[in-house]
Amino acid sequence: MSALTSLTLKAALKGLADKSFSSVELTRAHVEAVEAARPLNAFVLETPEKALEMAAAADRRLAAGEAGPLEGAPLGIKDLFCTEGVRTTACSDILGNFVPTYESTVTSQLWRDGAVMLGKLNLDQFAMGSSNETSAFGPVINPWRKAGGNQQLTPGGSSGGSAASVAADLCLGATATDTGGSIRQPAAFTGTVGIKPTYGRCSRWGVVAFASSLDQAGPIAKTVEDAAILLKSMSGHDPKDSTSLDIAVPDYPSFVGKSVKGLKIGIPKEYRVDNMPPEIEALWQKGIAWLKEAGCEIVEVSLPHTKYALPAYYIVAPAEASSNLARYDGMRFGLRVEGANLTETYEKTRAAGFGAEVKRRILIGTYVLSHGYYDAYYVKALKVRRRIADDFDQAFQKVDALLTPTAPSAAFGLGENADDPVAMYLNDIFTVTVNLAGLPGMSIPAGVDVNGLPLGLQLIGRALDEGTLFSLGGAIEKAADFKAKPAKWW
Amino acid sequence: MAIDAATVRKVARLARIAEPEEKLESLAQELSGIMAWIEQLAEVDTDGVEPMTSAVAVALPLREDVVTEGGDAAKVLSNAPKSIGGFFVVPKVVE
Repeated sequence: MSALTSLTLKAALKGLADKSFSSVELTRAHVEAVEAARPLNAFVLETPEKALEMAAAADRRLAAGEAGPLEGAPLGIKDLFCTEGVRTTACSDILGNFVPTYESTVTSQLWRDGAVMLGKLNLDQFAMGSSNETSAFGPVINPWRKAGGNQQLTPGGSSGGSAASVAADLCLGATATDTGGSIRQPAAFTGTVGIKPTYGRCSRWGVVAFASSLDQAGPIAKTVEDAAILLKSMSGHDPKDSTSLDIAVPDYPSFVGKSVKGLKIGIPKEYRVDNMPPEIEALWQKGIAWLKEAGCEIVEVSLPHTKYALPAYYIVAPAEASSNLARYDGMRFGLRVEGANLTETYEKTRAAGFGAEVKRRILIGTYVLSHGYYDAYYVKALKVRRRIADDFDQAFQKVDALLTPTAPSAAFGLGENADDPVAMYLNDIFTVTVNLAGLPGMSIPAGVDVNGLPLGLQLIGRALDEGTLFSLGGAIEKAADFKAKPAKWW
Repeated sequence: MAIDAATVRKVARLARIAEPEEKLESLAQELSGIMAWIEQLAEVDTDGVEPMTSAVAVALPLREDVVTEGGDAAKVLSNAPKSIGGFFVVPKVVE
C-alpha cells in the first residue's frame, strides 16, 4: 500500500476523518514499509503489535466522533524518549535493556492526541554525534544516494533514524531532539522538515538527558504544515520540567500559508564560511530571492561571535553531559560490570557501557569542570554564550527572522569524518548558535546538489516566535517546490 | 593547553571510566587536539560579561512541599541490575 505511506500527515488525517481508509489500514501499510526498510537500520525496535492495537483504538474513537488532532496517525519515536513498557536505550549499551515504567511528557501528549507508535528510532548514542555512527546499533543508512552511485551516506545525526524514516515514508512524522543541530542537520541531509522550538516549549521530562540547558525536542516531518501539526501536540507547559515555559501554545498550523509580506529577514554575513560548496551559497541566494518575491525585506546583519559558538558549545555541552551521565553507575538501572570494589565496579561499568564519543565528551566535561580549569574554560564559555545570545538580541531589534544554510555540506559518506572529532563537530556550525541562545530554528528542504542530494535552508526566529518561522517556512517550501524523493533501493 | 597521559589518567579516574594504560597516550592526543581548537575562546573579550547559565531568563518555579507520587517500590526496582526483597543490592561500601 505505497499510496498510503506516501501521504503527508495532513492528508492522512483528512483521509482518516473522511473514512477513506482506517487507521489500521494506514498503520499496517507503515508497519510493512518499516519491515521492508530494515537495510536502512532506522528502527532499533519495531512495535507492530502495539501499533495495530493503538490503531484499532484510534479507529474506535474516530467512529465515535472522539478523534484527537493526531487520531490514527502512525509516528516513529526517537529512542531517547522514554516509552512506558517499551525498551528505551538512547542507543547505548549502558541502557541496553532499560524498560521505562513511565512515559515522557512529549510522547504522552502525542498518544493523548491519538497518534500511533510504530517503534523506536536509531540515533547517535546519547544524541552525541552528527552522523549516527556513534549508535550502539550501528549507523542509520540515508535513503538518499548520490545520483548513479551506491555509496552509503549518513542521514546526519543525532536524529538520523527520525530523518531517514520520514524521508523513506516509513512513518508520517517522527519525534527528534536537538542539542546542537540534531533535528535540523539530519532534516537537511534527508530532504525533510525539522524544527527545534524555543528552549522550554517542549518538556524535557522523560527524555534521556544529554546537555540540559541545550536539549530541546521537536518534530521531523514531510512538510512545514506537518511539522506545525506535530509541534502543537508536543509543546506545552509541564510542571515536571522546571524549565518548561508556562505560556500558551499558539495554533501553529494556522501560521502556514500566512502572508510574509513586509517581514524583515536578516542575512548574517558570518555564516559564509571557508570551503562551503558553491551550491550551498547559491541555494542561500535563491532563498533570499524567494523571500524577496514573497514581499520580505532583506537586511544584512552581523552576528560577530558566530565562530566562537562551536568551541563554546564543546565546553558547555560536555560539561553538562559529564554531570548528567554520572547517573549511569550500574547501581539502580542499566548495565553493571562487577569489579573488586565499588570504585572498580563504577569504572568497569562505565567503560563497558559508554561508546568512544560519549567517553570522549565525559572526559572533556570532567576536565573543564575540574579544579583549576573551571573558570578558565567553563565560566569563560558561559560568558561567550552570553555574547552569542546578545548578538541575536541585537539582530532581532532590526529583523523578524534570519535565513542561513542549515549545514555546510550535503550528506557525506559513512566513515568519512570518523577519524577527526573536530571535523565532525563542524557539521553543526550553523545550527549550534541557536541552541546556545535558546531560540527556535527550522530546516526546510530547498534544493539538491550536483549529486542530486538534498540541501536545507535554516530559519532562525525570536524566542517563542515559532509562528513566524512556520509562515516563512511555508513560503520557502512553496517557492522551492521541493518534490524530490530518494529512489527506493532497500 | 596540551593534555598529557597523566592528566587523562586523573580525569578518567574522576569520571569513573576505566581507561587502559595503553590508550592514555592516544586519548591525550585526541583531547589535546579538541582543547587546542577550543583555545580560540581566549580571543573573545568577556570582561564584565555575566555568565549565561540558562537559555531562558525565568525564575525557577516553586510548588507546595507535598508528596506527589511514590509508594511504588516494584516500579523503581524494575530495572535494577540486582535487587532483593524491595532493596537495591550494591557492592559493599564500608569495610
